[in-house]
Amino acid sequence: MGTLLTEPVAPGTAPLRGTRGRRPLRRDGRAGWLFLAPTLIVLGLFMVLPILMALWVSVSDWTGNGSPFSSRVNSVGGDNYAALLTEPGLTRQNFATSVRNNGYFVLFVVPLQTAFALFLALVLHQKKLKGRQFFRTAFYFPTVTSSVAISVVFLFLFSSTGTVNAALKLFGVDGPSWFADPRGIFHLALGDPANPPSALVGHGFLGLSWWDWLSGPSVAMCSIIVLVVWTSTGGFMLMFYAALQNLPPSVDEAALIDGATAWQRFWRVTLPQLRPTLFLVLTLGLIGTWQVFDQVYVLSRGNPANTTLTPAYLSYSSSFIGHQWGQGAAIAFLLFVVIVAFTLVQRWALRERR
Amino acid sequence: MKRRWLGYAVLVLVAALYIYPFLIQLATAFKTDADATANPLLPWPRDWSFSVFRTLAEQDFPRWAANSVFVSVAITVGRVVFDSLAGYALARLRFRGRRAVFGAVLAVIAVPSVVLLIPKFLVLNQLGMYDSYAGMIVPLLVDGAGVFIMKQFFETVPVSVEEAARIDGAGPLRTFWSVVLPMSKPALITVTILSFQGSWNELPHFIVSRQDPALNTLTSGVATLVSGQLGQGNQFPLKLAAALLMTVPVAVVYFVFSRRFTQGTYEGADK
Repeated sequence: MGTLLTEPVAPGTAPLRGTRGRRPLRRDGRAGWLFLAPTLIVLGLFMVLPILMALWVSVSDWTGNGSPFSSRVNSVGGDNYAALLTEPGLTRQNFATSVRNNGYFVLFVVPLQTAFALFLALVLHQKKLKGRQFFRTAFYFPTVTSSVAISVVFLFLFSSTGTVNAALKLFGVDGPSWFADPRGIFHLALGDPANPPSALVGHGFLGLSWWDWLSGPSVAMCSIIVLVVWTSTGGFMLMFYAALQNLPPSVDEAALIDGATAWQRFWRVTLPQLRPTLFLVLTLGLIGTWQVFDQVYVLSRGNPANTTLTPAYLSYSSSFIGHQWGQGAAIAFLLFVVIVAFTLVQRWALRERR
Repeated sequence: MKRRWLGYAVLVLVAALYIYPFLIQLATAFKTDADATANPLLPWPRDWSFSVFRTLAEQDFPRWAANSVFVSVAITVGRVVFDSLAGYALARLRFRGRRAVFGAVLAVIAVPSVVLLIPKFLVLNQLGMYDSYAGMIVPLLVDGAGVFIMKQFFETVPVSVEEAARIDGAGPLRTFWSVVLPMSKPALITVTILSFQGSWNELPHFIVSRQDPALNTLTSGVATLVSGQLGQGNQFPLKLAAALLMTVPVAVVYFVFSRRFTQGTYEGADK
């Protein structure tokens, strides 16, 4: 039994292998692989193999007809990547626009959801608080419900005759027609979006002028930002909350006895102890926000004027709608690189300083 | 004293912001189109109307719901079985390559799902599984996070329990099935809830693994319903009723298991 796996080991070394206080059982080998087989087959077929296939497609001219491995499909080298990064044209401009949009999305969502989640967790952590279970339920519920269902609700809330604008009207404010408004909020804040400074319009990067890069999220994107912060805060709040519950109370009490103010105790005592959770929340937040897809698919499909276009949606639409499969795969890999880069930068920024 | 009142005021305000959209959703599902447009702030209907539910029942909605139930249940059963088998092997069975496999599973989880959108379609197409229930279910049958949760749990089960069974001559499968698994209810429930919720709410995979309208799940069906009619009339009661109905099963699971949801899920998340 199991000899196939154990054979190469010389007789004298066998008992040493894999022992942690337990003698290895020979039959474990076969059973182990048997137990793992379904997992390995599914992950191999639908995670590892797809990635390899997509790598090939991203350097090929496959158009979606027939097999990507047939002899009619040719390698185009880095052409798909070049079209996105170096060659002037609509492809590069759309990609740059999607990166800009998603960049602003990340810039707004990650800090907002992290700070808001931490704040709610701290309030809920107050010992004397009554109705904790109720509040926790209320804040967490949006996280478990379908992003499609939530997006439909927000479509109504932010429609031009919807709830948000009706509420704004109570305060005498005329709300915009949210999902139809492509104006960037930084442009709006700067006053006259119609007459941009020529110095910024004349030059640019990746086919977008500096003025376009600086637009800020569009009004339409802002409603998606609100939606995502609203839905994701609950989950992160619970992570902070669980971490707070696990902190030893003695440290905080010691600081209290030493006369530290509430503010000092938060910054100097609680927050440093929460560093691992903060790291986790920021990592998950960055990974999640760079992939925003469901909300864009349901709410806007990249409209208006491409200002809610994100790389994830562009990758999908290039392939499945535009049939530019190589292009779509290349966008997915570039997005992957962006996510890895951001994770590394964040890990470096949050490292323990000694 | 003053601070505590302030705390409550903040919490109540935020809770209102979190609950109000659901009230609006509930109310609007029973409003007429005109009522919804005229009174978007009112959390109750002026004129009650049940017509949208009839419209949904006459359309494809029941079929989407049946697909969602079938697909989610199949995926959940698969995940519970396969995740716990794999978790047990990684936690308790000693064999060569175990560590490498665990590392590989973790690495695979870390790949952003968006990167897999196109590739999954390619593989499904090559295997002839595109546009079939198999193509919708099989790729989601295993979930790395679930394997991880089960492994973590099995490591906390005392070894002595298993050793007794093994000395009595039970093989790994028997030890796993009749000794360890019955002790693992908390972890199994967690994986069940997360799997059901995850597969019920899944959208991108059901967009790329099929195009036959008969295979729409609630997520892909409702998404099509909403965006297809975006430009034309409002029909918000209809859309919100559809969204409401698709929320009900998750809401039931959530409120029945809410204790486990809010505590179990993130226990040890800070480790």
